Amino acid sequence: MANRSNEPLLWALFSGGGVAAAFLIPILFFLYGLAFPLGWLQPPDYERTLDLVRHPLARLALFLLCFLSLFHWAHRFRFTLYDGLQIKHLDPVINLFCYGGAVTGTVAAAYLLWTLP
Amino acid sequence: MAETITIEVARYRPEQEGEPTFQSYEVPFSKDWVVLDALNYIKDHLDGSLSFRWSCRMGVCGSCGMTVNGEPKLTCATFLSHYSPGPIRVEPLQNFPVVRDLVIEMTDFLEKLQSVKPWIVRKDDPAPAEGEFLQTPEELDEFKQFSMCINCMICYAACPVYGLDPQFIGPAAIALAQRYNLDSRDQGEQERLDVLSQHEGIWGCTFVGECTEVCPKNVDPAGAIQQYKLAATKDWFKSFLMPWSKP
Amino acid sequence: MKPSTAYRQYHPKWHRTRVSTLWWSRKWSYLKFMLRELSSVFVAFYVVILLLQLHALRGGPEAYLEFQQWLENPLLVILNGIGFLFVLFHAVTWFNLAPKAMVVRLRGRRLPDVLVAAPNYAAWLAVSALIVFLLLREG
Repeated sequence: MANRSNEPLLWALFSGGGVAAAFLIPILFFLYGLAFPLGWLQPPDYERTLDLVRHPLARLALFLLCFLSLFHWAHRFRFTLYDGLQIKHLDPVINLFCYGGAVTGTVAAAYLLWTLP
Repeated sequence: MAETITIEVARYRPEQEGEPTFQSYEVPFSKDWVVLDALNYIKDHLDGSLSFRWSCRMGVCGSCGMTVNGEPKLTCATFLSHYSPGPIRVEPLQNFPVVRDLVIEMTDFLEKLQSVKPWIVRKDDPAPAEGEFLQTPEELDEFKQFSMCINCMICYAACPVYGLDPQFIGPAAIALAQRYNLDSRDQGEQERLDVLSQHEGIWGCTFVGECTEVCPKNVDPAGAIQQYKLAATKDWFKSFLMPWSKP
Repeated sequence: MKPSTAYRQYHPKWHRTRVSTLWWSRKWSYLKFMLRELSSVFVAFYVVILLLQLHALRGGPEAYLEFQQWLENPLLVILNGIGFLFVLFHAVTWFNLAPKAMVVRLRGRRLPDVLVAAPNYAAWLAVSALIVFLLLREG
């Protein structure tokens, strides 16, 4: 079998991230970005929020959301930079910025979710 | 109704000029004339030096693809009346080097097409005496849409990725690879994967979808490419997680 | 200069057009594509907000209150409004395009795209409703 590239893995992460982001982010963005700050709906208070997020399933779900969404962005933005700005020759820098950024965010998410009070 | 219509044709004569220019011609306007008729009128009556490709003039050979008012079209299927009162700008197909006037260099496409092995690949070699391959209508339905490709390269002209990265294999070649992968008589999926799963093979595609929009035969190459990405990904994970399984 | 004795095939000078950096602004369908791709930036933007929210949660009630007040800043509300539209655009284009990659065949025929997309939309509504229920019900 000839040497195949590892793009399929990155595409799989991009796809998983696309699904996760599509299902979960619109409603969360609407609530926390608009409805709660503008007073359309009453947000859960600190204790309630902590209770919800502490649950192991919630932590897992939020971690997966962060991890997959960030890799979705990384993959898509990388190609946007290639085709939009025509800077494909800066490939190594772009990869470092995009996937490096995604890894950083994922590590941060893992740390924050693991060390919740 | 207009008697004539103006056609602005891109001219490029490397022995004369370094850059392409435009030349305007007045051709008779008729409701049932297509752009190809106008070009042939120009060549027959006005300017015999105009060079362009055409053949069947009925949308099945794929020879007459050109850029008409900025859109890639088969000139034998594009009516003058659609652009009345004109003028109509005719240029060579985008994303390909121009050899002369409206003629483009298509070797790149032909090489890429050949690289994906667009024919039935068999691991065995049954003798004709053993009988024909049998195929049900359902099995035919799986790949029929992708077999409608006439290799007109209009999808390549519409694809921004192909324009930016000439290493990208391109819509038609991938659609035709998928046409054979889905054919029940074919056993060559792994061989094609080796070519297509390389970095620029299919992974340069960002699903702009313009190729499907412009295809004159409704092949839906964008769909074929996404299906291929999924198949290639499944295959990658299989070989990664179960390296012992036979490909 | 001595002429080469080897045969050189005549090759007319081809003309190649360079693709403009603004290629995506020339056609509406290309622009829509670019906007769709840029929606991923707001997906990442939301994750950043989520991470900030988790950080504030860890910091205690005062820190969380500060975070909530920061979100009320009008500039941020406008940005979030734009971001929400973009992630909505992401979700809709995603569900509409997913059937292209996942072909479902039933009884020998391919299922029309809309029938593959519809269950996704239904699931999306259900999940969103569940989240609203979880967040807004009394403790």
